[in-house]
Amino acid sequence: MKITGSQAVLLSLIEEGTEFIFGYPGGAIMPVYDAMMQYQDQIKHILTRHEQGAIHAAQGYARVTGRVGVCMATSGPGATNLITGIADAMIDSTPLVCITGQVGSPLLGTDAFQETDVVGISMPVTKWNYLVTKSEEIPWAIAKAFYIASTGRPGPVLIDIAKDAQFGPLDFHYKKCSYIRSYVPKPTINEEAVSEAAKLINESKKPYILFGQGIVLGNAEEEFKAFVEKSGIPAAWTILGVTALDTNHPLNMGMLGMHGNYSTNILTNDCDTIIAVGMRFDDRVTGDLKRYANQARIIHLEIDSAEINKIKKADVAIHGDVKDTLPMLTKLVEKRDHSAWVAKFRELDKIEKEKVIDLEMYPTKEGITMAEVIRILNEKTKDNVVYVTDVGQHQMFASRYCKRQSRRSFITSGGLGTMGFGLPAAFGAKMGAPEKEVVLIVGDGGLQMTIQELGTIMQSEAAVKIVLLNNKYLGMVRQWQQLFFDSRYSQTYMMNPDFIKLAEAFGIKGKKILDRPNLVGGVEEMLAHSGAYLLEVSIEKEDNVFPMVPTGASVAEVILEPAKK
Amino acid sequence: MTNTYTITAFSENHIGLLNRITIIFTRRNVNIHSLTVSESAIRGISKFTIVVIETQEKVEKVVKQIDKLVEVLKAFYHPNEEIVYQEIALYKVPTEALLASNNLESIIRKHNARILEVMPEYTVIEKTGHCEETQELFEILTEFGVRQFTRSGRVAVTRLSEELLTNYLKELDEKELQLVTQLHETSQ
Ligand SMILES: Cc1ncc(C[n+]2csc(CCOP(=O)(O)OP(=O)(O)O)c2C)c(N)n1
Repeated sequence: MKITGSQAVLLSLIEEGTEFIFGYPGGAIMPVYDAMMQYQDQIKHILTRHEQGAIHAAQGYARVTGRVGVCMATSGPGATNLITGIADAMIDSTPLVCITGQVGSPLLGTDAFQETDVVGISMPVTKWNYLVTKSEEIPWAIAKAFYIASTGRPGPVLIDIAKDAQFGPLDFHYKKCSYIRSYVPKPTINEEAVSEAAKLINESKKPYILFGQGIVLGNAEEEFKAFVEKSGIPAAWTILGVTALDTNHPLNMGMLGMHGNYSTNILTNDCDTIIAVGMRFDDRVTGDLKRYANQARIIHLEIDSAEINKIKKADVAIHGDVKDTLPMLTKLVEKRDHSAWVAKFRELDKIEKEKVIDLEMYPTKEGITMAEVIRILNEKTKDNVVYVTDVGQHQMFASRYCKRQSRRSFITSGGLGTMGFGLPAAFGAKMGAPEKEVVLIVGDGGLQMTIQELGTIMQSEAAVKIVLLNNKYLGMVRQWQQLFFDSRYSQTYMMNPDFIKLAEAFGIKGKKILDRPNLVGGVEEMLAHSGAYLLEVSIEKEDNVFPMVPTGASVAEVILEPAKK
Repeated sequence: MTNTYTITAFSENHIGLLNRITIIFTRRNVNIHSLTVSESAIRGISKFTIVVIETQEKVEKVVKQIDKLVEVLKAFYHPNEEIVYQEIALYKVPTEALLASNNLESIIRKHNARILEVMPEYTVIEKTGHCEETQELFEILTEFGVRQFTRSGRVAVTRLSEELLTNYLKELDEKELQLVTQLHETSQ
């Protein structure tokens, strides 16, 4: 029996086990939207208020579930509104299938109404993309899209479907894709490299593990923990690697990079061997590369061969999925106790605690700090919490201070640093994990970038808890202006609306906290509320995130406070 | 230290792949010296031959990024010593000027060039060779007034007995190759 291309789109998504399509309709995708009515009980579409909201929601969903997020938009402006999210998913390796409508194939290239070369525009920011012009190609293209998006190093894939292909008839046979000749998602592991790495590790006096999102993407948290515990090696994380190891684990030394911890940065230039696991030596992690860990031998466990030697030359590279390579390595490393070396981290931690953390977490000044809000959230939430952040100072405070004990419980835009990511991503995360308490930590700037998604939250009745840390500034930019541009606050002060009234207009309950005595009660009330909630907290206006590795500085030059003038 | 490298990439023949490949060069701000796309010795597989003048380190990174593209089977790079390569150049010169000269024949012979077409107004000369050689003939012919000149991108084969890709394809086991054919058939 023949069906239409549009039906094939939906049936293919259903075959792939898609629960939700986050999307927004328009002319060139209308046939698919029409067909949706027929499959409502098998696949649910969620109407966001902007296509950027749709794709960030799909990202939040993918990040919390580990499954492929699906979003949909019309041609032209609908599709271009997805681009920021696609770029974000690309750099953060998030598996997404984006489906866009395109003008009819006879009109391609003619500047037809709402025609944009979406395949061209998205090419640098997709793992793969494809323009479908014939309805028979639809099942094949979607199967391939899911396979590519979710295997190897995951990433976003875009399928652009010409309108006539959505109408056209086809015989529907769905076959999941499991092989593409030119694409090798899982490389064969070189066992020699593994034994060489083990030998290096066993010889090391001061080995140091730097871990990233590769572990989370490979679902290798258990394998990683086993490796850390047997080898006894202190480990530190990149922002996206954070949930790979329990925050409270005795060998978890903390966060790396620009706003990471003091010890983790300084000792990078003191260790003798670095074991980099599923991380890519981003410049926010390395600081000045010329002065980064030159004394250390580098072992790099990585699935993407293009990452090996890209930034930091590896002495030994173990190319493969860490899910497979970590156990091989664990088997060969000797059981060790590096407590003297670990103690060096702990000594430096004391300095950081005294000079930074205590003052932030238990402030004596009048204004509320971001860190203390997070401390209270940690105290009041259970281990089923998923933290989602936007981008800015609050993101760095959240990364530094949120306690994370469960897998996939911290979602943030790492590589692209996309303001406006937080609210829709938190919504998507809640859709993916309704049993979890999803808490968004967001700034007043970033919230206003995608604030329209409060409408989506209203309509879907998703119980997202929004903690707005309002410092009335574009805080992170203001911090840089203060530190590096002589406190000239150019265009970083913001006049804000009454957020509580705004939430109310969307049927979302809210409360504004102006001073410390009301803070704990406010958090409790928010968590006790069954629906969505906006907790706005007035924050000390000119607070800064420290420690900091200033741009151009070496990791060993991490500073704990602003230079005295 | 920069050097001339010839990058070869073997791929499925798909629309837009050229674009994907050049984006990698653009992003890294690497200038493409020449680029040729053709069928390879293996049916259905295209071969990109790209010449760059760059450091080995940068070339290696670019090649890995090309190799990573979903439709690319494998990418390699070679310094000049590892390959046999050739380019072709065409020169359009006024016939009158050529006739007036008495060493035209010796120029053509000496440079292993040949005449493709003679018309009353112009003559088209062809020469294959390395870039410096076709350039040298260009300099010599300028005295006759070259009206048009064009040089192709480099084409190259390795000095190995087989295409590197052949070995790679052999590595993919039989069963998987069968799977591909099936997939390919269902997709057509
Ligand atoms: C889309 C986008 N535009 C601009 C920036 C640059 N930027 C980074 S942080 C920041 C300020 C964020 O301010 P706010 O949301 O209030 O959070 P805060 O830093 O105060 O916690 C800006 C403008 C960005 N990251 N993303």
